[in-house]
Amino acid sequence: MTAVSVPPKPVRRRRRLPAYAPWAVLAGALGVGALLSLLSGTFTFTGALLFGALVHVVAITTLSAVVEGRRWATDRLATTLVTAAFVLAAIPLVSLVVLVLRFGMERFSWTFLNDDMVGIFGASVEGGVFHAIIGTLWVTGLCSLVAIPLGILTAVYLVEYARPGPLKRAITVLVDVMTGIPSIVAGLFAATLFMVVVGPQYKAGVMGAVALALLMTPVVVRSVEEMLRLVPNELREAAYALGVPKWLTVVKVVLRTAIAGITTGVMIAIARVIGETAPLLLTVGIVANVNWNAFDGRIATLPVYVFRQYAQGGASVDRAWAGALTLILIVMLLNLVARLVSRYFSPKGAR
Amino acid sequence: MAAVAGSETIRRGRAPGRVGNAIFRGVSSSAGITIVVLLGLVAAFLVYRAVPALLATREELADVGFMRGQSLLGYVAPLAFGTVLSSVIALVVAVPLSIGIALFISHYAPRRLAQGLGYLVDLLAAIPSVIFGLWGLQFLQPLVGPLFQWLSDHMGWFPPFSGYVGPAKNIMTAGLVLAVMILPIITATIREVFLQTPRLHEEASLALGATRWEMIRQAVLPFGRSGIISAAMLGMGRALGETMAVLMVLAPGFAMNLYVLRPGQHQSIAANIANQFPEAGALGADVLIATGLFLFLLTFAVNLAARWVINRRAEFSGAN
Repeated sequence: MTAVSVPPKPVRRRRRLPAYAPWAVLAGALGVGALLSLLSGTFTFTGALLFGALVHVVAITTLSAVVEGRRWATDRLATTLVTAAFVLAAIPLVSLVVLVLRFGMERFSWTFLNDDMVGIFGASVEGGVFHAIIGTLWVTGLCSLVAIPLGILTAVYLVEYARPGPLKRAITVLVDVMTGIPSIVAGLFAATLFMVVVGPQYKAGVMGAVALALLMTPVVVRSVEEMLRLVPNELREAAYALGVPKWLTVVKVVLRTAIAGITTGVMIAIARVIGETAPLLLTVGIVANVNWNAFDGRIATLPVYVFRQYAQGGASVDRAWAGALTLILIVMLLNLVARLVSRYFSPKGAR
Repeated sequence: MAAVAGSETIRRGRAPGRVGNAIFRGVSSSAGITIVVLLGLVAAFLVYRAVPALLATREELADVGFMRGQSLLGYVAPLAFGTVLSSVIALVVAVPLSIGIALFISHYAPRRLAQGLGYLVDLLAAIPSVIFGLWGLQFLQPLVGPLFQWLSDHMGWFPPFSGYVGPAKNIMTAGLVLAVMILPIITATIREVFLQTPRLHEEASLALGATRWEMIRQAVLPFGRSGIISAAMLGMGRALGETMAVLMVLAPGFAMNLYVLRPGQHQSIAANIANQFPEAGALGADVLIATGLFLFLLTFAVNLAARWVINRRAEFSGAN
């Protein structure tokens, strides 16, 4: 009674959508989205895009489910959502840059960069950021003076000297944790440190520098450590084989090889702390005039300037945006130069 | 044999660079130890100034204007609640988005494009927080206002969405700004883990006829799960301590509720410190430092846990 086995059906070729299908659907969906936005009352560009995106997700999934089957439909849905996530993430960056450029350009000028805020009241359209730029240079400069050597030496210790053990583990973990210290806590620390050591009324740029150094050091350690690990061991061994002492090997071979990467890392770290606002709010405050002395008296800095000007409202808001533009230009310039350094000066083969 | 005998005659004292070695070693070791000491100092100074606030009697605390006669615990609790609430909102938005972006960069975008796209996301991390605050007020607030109004009108039966009052200076908007701010660190961490997925796992899955999404579900996501968790915790650590976005966007209040669309209900520890510290008196400063100490310990714990998850994975994953 054995049943004669039925020969398998011939495999049907799976039908797939053509490569241009998603794009065609997207174009159609955007059209429908614009229509929907128009029907819902007032036409807005955002509304059209939002509706269009929703229509696209539904349409491409349904179409794929009908033509290609459930599994491919899921795949299409995932592809669409993943791409959408990326596009969504680009919105803040693009809108932020556009916003800062648009509002910032109204007041941004050479005189704005060369003017301070002495004698500027209320609706006055004059005034500038010169004093804040000087303050930011002071604070960031002092902070770098501490954080860069400390960071590089710690990284050298971790990579070249530290033996596996509790101390190395502790430093690695603490550096990791330190990168997560809230900036406001760093500010509180600097404020209390000077309150206790110098006196409660003391305000100076150096307080801000201490807070920023606390935030910058771990960033420097991390990036330098990464760079030092990229230096091939053969270089170290070649130096030892020639009888070069270890410290000279580190200075003249390892650090020399990694110098481009280290420069990049340091510049990105500077760009990171130059925009820190909260710790400076607690420590250095704001003034209207140029303070050339970072060790005595309040000092204006760009981020705090932006914050305070915006909070004042009225004509000051324009100054805040122009200040924000100045700040973002500095940060982007640092980032750009950092990338260029790593591209043109890193040894061949390291990247 | 002769060579060995000869090498013994070299006296150790004449090894080149002995002094330099010792000095350089000492300097770099002390730099490493300085880091440990520094972190200890931070904790020590915060504790030192927080103690008076912790020991102060109720009458003394009543003199601190901004506490409005509450006990220290009664003062910290709503702040801690607001801090955690804003961070949770930020995480709920940022983590799925980050997974999407990381997947896009690691598995969907053309390889040549991927690095540039990663750099674009990193650029978000470089933007100063005060500018994010401006952006939140100028761009996001008007954008989400109508959306919140709609939510409140149509979904108002769900209590957290009820009672929206414009402008959108509520904790939801603050959470959204925080989400954008923590996006880069979460994305960067997840992307690193996704890129480490064993190539053979992926190819085995594809060879069995899986679609790309099925491959990701079978090979990439299971491998990256702990990475996603630790990335979320790192992002949480950032969000907990972020000051400016909350300070600028949120209309503060001291309630403990889940009305995420109502302004004037919540406040975060960090924003509260930035708000009150410059004008606080001696005991007031102590109270604020005590709240700062609490924040420090909270972020410390979250970050430590995140690192622990990452390291555990590195040790026990057989794949790499």
